[in-house]
Amino acid sequence: MRLRSGFGLLALAAAALALAFLVLPVVAIFADVSPGRLLDALGEESAREALWLSLRTTLLAVAIVLLVGTPAAYLLGRRRFRGRSLVLTAIELPLVMPPAVAGIALLAALGPNGVLGGWVEDTGIEFVFQTAGVVVALIFVSAPFYLRQAIAAFAALDPRLLEAARTLGAGPFRVFATVALPGARQGLASGLALAWGRALGEFGATLLFAGSLEGVTQTAPLAIFSAFSRPGGFDAALALSAVLIVVSALILIGVKLLGADQAVEDPAVR
Amino acid sequence: MTLPTGRNRPLAWGFLAAIVVAVTIAGCGGGSDEPTLTVLGASSLTEALGKYGDGFAGATVRSSFAGSDQLAAQIKQGAKADVFASADTGYPAELHREGVVEKPVVFARNRLVVVTPEGSGVESLGDLAQPGTKIVIGDPSVPVGAYTREVLGRLPAGEREAILANVRSEEPEVTAVLAKVANGAADAGFVYATDAKTVAGQVRKVPVQSQLQPDVAYAAAVLSDSGDPQQARRYLQGLLHGPGAADLREAGFLPPR
Repeated sequence: MRLRSGFGLLALAAAALALAFLVLPVVAIFADVSPGRLLDALGEESAREALWLSLRTTLLAVAIVLLVGTPAAYLLGRRRFRGRSLVLTAIELPLVMPPAVAGIALLAALGPNGVLGGWVEDTGIEFVFQTAGVVVALIFVSAPFYLRQAIAAFAALDPRLLEAARTLGAGPFRVFATVALPGARQGLASGLALAWGRALGEFGATLLFAGSLEGVTQTAPLAIFSAFSRPGGFDAALALSAVLIVVSALILIGVKLLGADQAVEDPAVR
Repeated sequence: MTLPTGRNRPLAWGFLAAIVVAVTIAGCGGGSDEPTLTVLGASSLTEALGKYGDGFAGATVRSSFAGSDQLAAQIKQGAKADVFASADTGYPAELHREGVVEKPVVFARNRLVVVTPEGSGVESLGDLAQPGTKIVIGDPSVPVGAYTREVLGRLPAGEREAILANVRSEEPEVTAVLAKVANGAADAGFVYATDAKTVAGQVRKVPVQSQLQPDVAYAAAVLSDSGDPQQARRYLQGLLHGPGAADLREAGFLPPR
């Protein structure tokens, strides 16, 4: 696309606007809070508890999503079967579902009066008001992000590579682990980054399904919400937000580096 | 997801267009020449002020309900509104000190009560101290949470500690406390007597004795930069002496002394 053309200039202006709009609020947070206040706020017990809880729960949720989601995505990405479109749409539904709706849905399924409520109670597991409930909510909202990318990544694999491995005598698991996984690395990494970021920022479903209690269920976003309305709490909210932004950026960069492969650049993009 | 093929395309566009039209129609409506009043009210006022606003003559009232602390924070951040009705006197007084609202007036009183789902076995405040009881209260900065801690503060230390140890969640607004009790997730929650009325069939009430009751006073004020202070003050007057007072009484609020 020629940048000097009328349309080219328009597109350039649009890109600049989009960039400015997305970057400004992030920059504003760091402009509004002094480094001293940032460190002070991090020293507060409730802030540390919230960040530690967010870290623990998102790590566990993402680990489960990876463990269960990767083989699932492999199957869904490479096998054609009747109703495949429907299955894929069902998996992607939480993506467009408002988080509060997700919270209600989880209550309706796993809450004390829910569809599986009695069964859950019998096993002795508790979700509502427990950290386990936070992890469940995080899995529900973040899994579709990973699955979507993973399915696309596995579907895009060159079937000849997999065939070659099979004809050389590799069993299905070996094909998956040594050929498919490395091949889909980029898509899996980007899915991981999206899922983790989504889990880190989850608020509505956690609040409705698991509740909010310091150290047990009050994740960083919930702590920010609570701090915002406390007298003198806006600074604490700013500081927590700044930390979350830094952590999210680190996750994004780290995971992208993990999946980066200089040899495979999309040739369609000039 | 596959894109619509040639055969499906008109159907797909028609579907999307129908959604856009439906949402637009739902969003439109109400564009009249009447002045608009924006009221920010505590969650526990949802029913009473909702009714009052719907029937308010001379202006279209748009009400928004949330925890009073949230509303106060938003007003401080510059939220545009005409009236702030809080579940306490503290937040309006603080805003008045900062010059953000006019002098607040107490327009209603309320009482705290414990609600519990049917069959929970909770019959008295003492039962709340039993280990394993799941209690939900308000976040400390939301009025109902502060009032709850006042009640607990008047109990003997041992009982207070045991009850606090049973708290499983500190919700940002009283309606959330009520919801967790009404849907059976919690064994008990501290809410206002007026809230218990809204879910009469779903929960049982355990009264909080008078000597433990805090002074629950609701205060309201007109915002200093309200677009229509005259209408706003009329709204407040109605809360004190007119149809608003009747709606408050009907919902179970006590009159201001």
